[in-house]
Amino acid sequence: MPSTFFKPQPNRQPAQGQKHALEPALQPWVEKYRPKTIDDISAQEHTVAVLRKTLSSTNLPHMLFYGPPGTGKTSTILALARQLFGPDNFKNRVLELNASDERGISIIREKVKTFARQTPRAQVVASDGKTYPCPPYKIIVLDEADSMTQDAQGALRRIMETHARITRFCLVCNYVTRIIEPLASRCSKFRFTPLDSVSTTSRLEYIAREEKVDVDADVLNALIRTSGGDLRRAITYLQSASRLSTSTNPPVPITAEEIQEIAGVIPDSVVEDFARTLGVEITGGMEVDRAPGGRSFEKIQKHVKQLMRDGYSGTQILAQLHDLITLNHLLTARQKSLSSLAFAEADKALCDGADEELWILEVALRISKAIASEES
Amino acid sequence: MSLWVDQYRPRTLDELHYHPNLSLRLKSLAASGDFPHMLFYGPSGAGKKTRIMCTLRALFGAGTEKLKIDQRVFLSPSNRKIEVNIVQSNYHLEITPSETGNYDRVVIQEVLKEIAQTQQVDLSAKQRFKVVIINEADSLSRDAQAALRRTMEKYMSNLRIILCANSTSRLIAPIKSRCLLIRVAAPSGEEMQECMKHVAKRVNFPLPTEVAQKIIDDSEGNLRKAILCLEALKTQSPDLSGDLTIAKPDWETYCHKVADMIIQEQTPARVMDVRAKFYELLTHCIPPGIILKTVAERVVERVDETLKPEIMHWAAIYDVRLRIGSKKIYHLEAWVVKVMSLYKRFICGMDLSDFD
Repeated sequence: MPSTFFKPQPNRQPAQGQKHALEPALQPWVEKYRPKTIDDISAQEHTVAVLRKTLSSTNLPHMLFYGPPGTGKTSTILALARQLFGPDNFKNRVLELNASDERGISIIREKVKTFARQTPRAQVVASDGKTYPCPPYKIIVLDEADSMTQDAQGALRRIMETHARITRFCLVCNYVTRIIEPLASRCSKFRFTPLDSVSTTSRLEYIAREEKVDVDADVLNALIRTSGGDLRRAITYLQSASRLSTSTNPPVPITAEEIQEIAGVIPDSVVEDFARTLGVEITGGMEVDRAPGGRSFEKIQKHVKQLMRDGYSGTQILAQLHDLITLNHLLTARQKSLSSLAFAEADKALCDGADEELWILEVALRISKAIASEES
Repeated sequence: MSLWVDQYRPRTLDELHYHPNLSLRLKSLAASGDFPHMLFYGPSGAGKKTRIMCTLRALFGAGTEKLKIDQRVFLSPSNRKIEVNIVQSNYHLEITPSETGNYDRVVIQEVLKEIAQTQQVDLSAKQRFKVVIINEADSLSRDAQAALRRTMEKYMSNLRIILCANSTSRLIAPIKSRCLLIRVAAPSGEEMQECMKHVAKRVNFPLPTEVAQKIIDDSEGNLRKAILCLEALKTQSPDLSGDLTIAKPDWETYCHKVADMIIQEQTPARVMDVRAKFYELLTHCIPPGIILKTVAERVVERVDETLKPEIMHWAAIYDVRLRIGSKKIYHLEAWVVKVMSLYKRFICGMDLSDFD
C-alpha cells in the first residue's frame, strides 16, 4: 500500500487550449470576424499601407495606435502579430496586457520587464507549413493604455529604450492626450479614423452573408446611424438583433426599429414630441395645435418626469434633442446657439454625476426660453 | 412572514404583468442558448431586478432561488482588506461593487477572473456559463468599467454579465456597445392598478379602485413603493375604508416644511433656521441631492410662473456643485439664499443685485 502511495502520480495532461475554446456558434461575432490579416482591415488605408511594408522589411518601430472605439486598433495589432509570427510563435512572442489585468507600476517593473528582457528563441518550422517572417523581436501590446497610471507609464520609458533591440511596444488607446509625452515621442503614431459608411456596409453585409441573416438596406442604414462609425457596436447590434429574430418562432425579419431599440436610441416620435412641448416647430410631422399656454412650466416639468419614468437615459435625450434642434431649419442661429450652450453645460453636469431629471428640465426650460424670446 | 413585495414577486417570465414584449423577448433569448451580456436600465421600482431573476430562472431552472450569502475578503494593491458581500447560487452570483467605493476595480477584477477561470462543474446544469449580476452599475468607477471591457469579450465562454443600472449616462460607451440594452420603463397607472389588484386577490381582500388610484398617484411609477404602501394601509385600516391618508416619509414632510419656510419669510434669520433644518436632514443621512430636489420642487409649486424656471435653473447649478464639492451644506444654503433673493426681488421689485 505505501509503495503505491509514494508512486509518482501520472502526469495529468492539462486541457490546453480547451479552456477558452468556444463553440463557434456561441462566439461573439466581434471575435469571430476579427480580421485575420491586416489586408482584411476595413478602411484605415494609410495605417495598413505602412504596416504592410513592415511585413516585408521585418522592421517595426514602437507604435501608438489611437482613435475612437471600434475602429480596429486592437484587431490591427493582433492581425499584424499573427502574420509576423504565425500561430506557433504567437504565444511566446506576444504579451497582451489590457485594463482588466492589474497594471500598476509593479507589474510594469516585473512582468513587462522580464518579458522584454528575454531573447526570443530561434524560429521553428511553423506547424501549418507556411513560412512567416518571424523577425527577431517580441511585441508587447498594452491595450487600453490610457487607463494606465502616469507612474506606470513613466516606468515604461527606460524599458522601451533599453530593450528596443529585442522588443517592440504597441500602445493602444482612445485618447492620445492621456499618454505621457515622453512615451508618445518614442512611438510612431497611427491615427484610426471612424469608419465611413461604405466600408461599414460592406463588412456588415459580409458578416450577414456568412451568418445567413437577412438584412435589407433599411436595417443597414439604422445600424450605421446608431453606431456612428464604431464597427464593433454595429456588429454587436446586428448579432443581438439576429438573436432576437431567430429565437422567436417563427423567425421574424429584423426591422430598423428593432435596431434602434437594441441600441438604446429613443424613438424619433418621442423626441419630436418632447421638442414640440418646448415650442420647437417640426416640419413634416403632423400639424400641432400650439396653444399659447402650451409651453408653461408645469407642462414641461410633467413631460420631463414622464421621460424619466420611461427610463430613457439623460445623455441620450440630450444627444438626440441636440441633433433635432441643430438640424431644424425654422430656428434662428441665435436660438440654436443659446440651446447649444444649454446642451454643453448639461453634458458637463451629467458627467459630473448631477441629477438627470433636474438637468433635463433645466435644458428644456432654457431651450423653450430661447425660442420664446425670439418670437416676441 | 415576508413582505408582500417579496412574497408576491413574480417568479417566472410568464407571471410578469406588464411589458409583455420585453418578457417575450427575454424568454426567447433564454431559450435560444445564445445568451448575450445584458444591461437592464430604468427608474427604480420598475421591475428590473424582478426581470433579471425571472430570466435567470428561465435559463437555469429553480436552482437559482437557493441563495446563500457569502462574505469574501479581497486585498487591495495597498494591502488593505476589503470585505464584500456576495449573494450566490450554484449558477449565478450577485455583487454590488460600488459598496467598496474606490476599490470596486479590485473586486471586479478578482471576482470575474475567478469565475471566468472555473468552469461549470454541475453536469446537469442547463447552461455552461455562470452569470454575474452587477448591481448599481452606474456608480462603478471608470477604472472598474475599463476593467470590465476586455473581460467581457475574453471570457465569454464561461461567463455572462448582467448589469443593472438606473441610467446609462454614466456608463462608458465600450461597455454599452458590448451589452444588449434592455430598457425597463416604469409601469403606467393602469398597469400598476392591475398589479395591485393581483396582489390584493392573492392576499384575498377587495381593493377599492379609489384607494388604488390614490396610491398610484403618490408612488410616481415606483411599483415597489406602491405595494409597500398598500400593505401599510392595510395594516392601518383592515377594511381599507374611511379617510385614508398615505403617510409620507418623515423627511419628505420635513423638506416641505423647509420649502414653506423659504417662501414665508426671506431674512438672514430665516436662513439660519433653514440651515438648522438642513443639518437635521443631513445628519439623518438623507442624500443632499434628494433634499435639494424635493425642496426645489415644493418651492416651485408655490411661486409665480415667471420665477419657476429661474429657481429650477439654480437648483440644477447647485446640484452639480454639490456633487463636485465636499461640504454639502454650503451649496444647499447658497441655493436657499439665491432663491430668497430672487423671490424678494420679485415680490418687492427691490434691487438686490449685490447678492448675485
